[in-house]
Amino acid sequence: MTTYNDFVIRFANVNGSGSASANGMFAKALFRMGIPVSTRNIFPSNIQGLPTWFEVRVSEAGYLGRREGVDLMVAMNAETYAEDVAAVKPGGFLLYDNSKPLARELRRTDITEIGIPIATLLLSEFDDPKQRGLFKNICYLGALSALLNIEFEVITDMVSVQYKGKDDLIRPNVHALEIGRRYARDYLPCPLPIQVRRADALGDKIFVDGNTAAGLGALYGGASVVAWYPITPSTSVAEAFERYAEKLRIDRETGERRYAIIQAEDELSAIGIVIGAGWNGARSFTATSGPGISLMSEFLGLAYFAEIPAVIFDIQRAGPSTGMPTRTQQGDLISAAYASHGDTKHVLLFPSTPKECFDFGADALDLADRLQTPVIVMSDLELGMNDNLSEPFDWDDARRYDRGKVLDAEALESIEKFGRYLDVDGDGIGYRTYPGTHPDKGAFFTRGTSRDEYAAYTESPEAYQRNMERLSLKWRTAATLVPKAEVGGGGNTAGIIFYGTSALPMAEALDLLAEEGIHLDTLRIRAFPFGEEVYRFIEDHEVLFVVDQNRDAQMRTLLVNEGDIDPARLVSVRYFGGLSISADTIQEQVSEYYTARKLPRLTEVKS
Amino acid sequence: MTFVAKPRVHHPRLPVNEIGLTRRDYEGAVSTLCAGCGHDSVSAAIVQACAELSLPPHRFAKISGIGCSSKTPSYFLSRSHGFNSVHGRMPSVATGANLANRELYCVGISGDGDSASIGLGQFAHIVRRRINMLYVVDNNGTYGLTKGQFSATNDKGSTSKKGKPNLYEPIDLVSMALQIGASFVARSFSGDKRQLVPLIKAGLMHRGFAFIDVISPCVAFNNHNGSTKSYEYVRGHSESLVAADYVRGGSEITADYEPGTTEDVRMPDGSLLRLHKLDRDYDPHDRVGALDHVQRCQAEGEVVTGLLYVDPNAGDCHEILDTVERPLNSLGEAELCPGSEALDGINASFR
Ligand SMILES: Cc1ncc(C[n+]2csc(CCOP(=O)(O)OP(=O)(O)O)c2C)c(N)n1
Ligand code: SF4
Ligand SMILES: [Mg+2]
Repeated sequence: MTTYNDFVIRFANVNGSGSASANGMFAKALFRMGIPVSTRNIFPSNIQGLPTWFEVRVSEAGYLGRREGVDLMVAMNAETYAEDVAAVKPGGFLLYDNSKPLARELRRTDITEIGIPIATLLLSEFDDPKQRGLFKNICYLGALSALLNIEFEVITDMVSVQYKGKDDLIRPNVHALEIGRRYARDYLPCPLPIQVRRADALGDKIFVDGNTAAGLGALYGGASVVAWYPITPSTSVAEAFERYAEKLRIDRETGERRYAIIQAEDELSAIGIVIGAGWNGARSFTATSGPGISLMSEFLGLAYFAEIPAVIFDIQRAGPSTGMPTRTQQGDLISAAYASHGDTKHVLLFPSTPKECFDFGADALDLADRLQTPVIVMSDLELGMNDNLSEPFDWDDARRYDRGKVLDAEALESIEKFGRYLDVDGDGIGYRTYPGTHPDKGAFFTRGTSRDEYAAYTESPEAYQRNMERLSLKWRTAATLVPKAEVGGGGNTAGIIFYGTSALPMAEALDLLAEEGIHLDTLRIRAFPFGEEVYRFIEDHEVLFVVDQNRDAQMRTLLVNEGDIDPARLVSVRYFGGLSISADTIQEQVSEYYTARKLPRLTEVKS
Repeated sequence: MTFVAKPRVHHPRLPVNEIGLTRRDYEGAVSTLCAGCGHDSVSAAIVQACAELSLPPHRFAKISGIGCSSKTPSYFLSRSHGFNSVHGRMPSVATGANLANRELYCVGISGDGDSASIGLGQFAHIVRRRINMLYVVDNNGTYGLTKGQFSATNDKGSTSKKGKPNLYEPIDLVSMALQIGASFVARSFSGDKRQLVPLIKAGLMHRGFAFIDVISPCVAFNNHNGSTKSYEYVRGHSESLVAADYVRGGSEITADYEPGTTEDVRMPDGSLLRLHKLDRDYDPHDRVGALDHVQRCQAEGEVVTGLLYVDPNAGDCHEILDTVERPLNSLGEAELCPGSEALDGINASFR
């Protein structure tokens, strides 16, 4: 039986062998044929020589999460043959270079082997061994175009665009594509029963990684000072900002830059620079991952207590410690939410799509200014470093940056006595001034020590508690300003709560569960502190699942802790192996719970 | 509408400077440090320098770390914003503040614990970045605020109040600053106002990173016999190399230096830095020579003070980064946001 636009293909390569570009073209080609795709790079913390995998999920139904099992394995790394062959689903396909025969013990009778003598084919066509190495990838891409029925011009067009102006590169690339394609057509059963066909499922969607989106969002949101220290998987946020700023933030007349980027000596310095800039009235951000959050903690406490805006992108990876630095996880919720000693809490945003990375990138800057506090955007490697389908970015040109409560010189003139930490409006947020605003009004001393409403140092128990209570009030104000959780479904007694990249497999998981008679309402949390709607959802449902991609069910802990919720009410669903959570995992754990508790399913109730 | 600084009501006989302000207008809150603490003299010197330069007292960003020294930004220039940040991290906060608004005078105050121990990394890197600021270390060879532990600038063999000798090699911030490329490096003594005030003036007007290591005795924990950071020791062992005299916009600031050879260094803003060479033929434009001299003196137990090195044309971080003239914190949507049309093009590039 032939299926269309519904399979998982995995490319097994050697890191640094130039496969990324060919594999990327493969995914992009399907995207251009209007077919929903999602990509996952599974790579080592290494520059060259170690195994790396690239997985593409093709799903006309629009399922974007990771799915267990591989339908077509492109096994180009001899070192990992054994596990790659084993990963293929029964009935699946194995594409390999049969210039050398596959070891007998690796052969399986329940899958179809597709051997292509790639090395041999290229040997007679290209003299340069380095070129032969690179064109191996292009060659299997050509073969796949025939095997899967990918429109060939879509691929050749991409090659022409990629090497625009370097015609001497276009020709050999297209030639390598044709070698693979011709061989497949001449000697293999093309197309395979799993194949693609043009679809119209994407509308005006874009295909982009979350880190690029986040960097762009911060650029649109008006960040002008950026400080960062390299760490996977966050590095590409600062790099994206810089790449676009070099084009879009240059003064036309003078050629000078309207931004400053510092690659700091460490994360302590990076966050210090952000806080210094925020204190002095420039919008500023840094991007990091778990180890960086740990280092930034002391400073985050200062920014919380001294009330200074700062934006941090935490692109989470698998911890603890260095953990699995190139694998994804949602492991930093607790450490980010309560980073630093004392009673400290931070605003967190949880994007699920590149579009949300862009939106939150800009919104975080507004929120940080409005709330005068750090705002941490909690993305992860899965979202940050993989190309994903997304609604296009949009920007309302009428939008004005919300710089929060800032008094200028004229406003200061009209004030009797300025008090930096006076709660004039009853929302817990005081008015601030930028340094140098007025000759004799509005200057104050910023400190991490206790102070009164007029920013004067104090150790008075009353003044200290007043200040801490005001910060609590501000926290409650924050809960009304951050992005609301998204509620889905309705009318069911059971619900599932999730956030960030657990949204990717959710639609599929819900469909799988519905087939078993389990119907769930959904709540996608988008921010911390939690809004009213989160607690209402919990109140309104008898059975509640909370999906986490960490061992300790950290979102569940935050809900229990902040909402004073009976822990027994929140059933944890989780995965923390370093790949992203799959629909099957969610379905299995929820279904198991129903079975174990003998909870009624809709189908059973009916019968 | 423009806002000009108004003098506070003072004693009518206090002299006013070019912008009609008196010394009082540059002062800060009353110090809570120990009576006789060297740090208070440094604050007083900053007040005097800023008043004599007629700088607008609200156009400063005063930033510090943690320590007795780091408390002092409260005690000068109360019309300006101050930021007492976290221990050892003043350099990064100052970097951010300076990037956000290049027009403010940035003054960083730190201690020897703050800069040479917990913050040594940040110290080294701000030197490299050439942030346009005056960076002062109130160097007392001890952790004043935590009650007298040795700091990393303490000389080997120097004793604590209880008579215990320091067993470890000292870190010399002046040598480090020279080595990493600071464009203005000086050392002075809190008890020598005549030398310190002109150095602070020159440091403030220097475009680029200006570092002054001020030996500033801690009367509570490190001002006894056996300490090499005591009033007594420094007075007896200091060798004044080059005295600087800062002359602004032609109006000479007279100072009663002993006659000797003098050299005028023209600063980028047109002002003059007048260097008085004292007993040696010292060249303050020779980085390698300066480093050599500082280390030789140190080996002999001498403390060299004065302007050790200056490169008036080195420039600052904003020049390195090629940022716009206008302060980044004053840019709005029109300058910062590329708008929806550009975004359409960006979206198209992802299809
Ligand atoms: C992270 C951290 N560790 C330790 C301290 C405690 N502490 C406060 S001040 C200080 C030393 C200050 O020494 P120095 O910078 O030389 O300043 P001084 O008081 O001598 O002027 C220490 C260790 C702190 N505030 N923060
Ligand atoms: S303890 Fe030492 S450094 Fe601190 S205020 Fe007293 S004299 Fe100054
Ligand atoms: Mg000290």
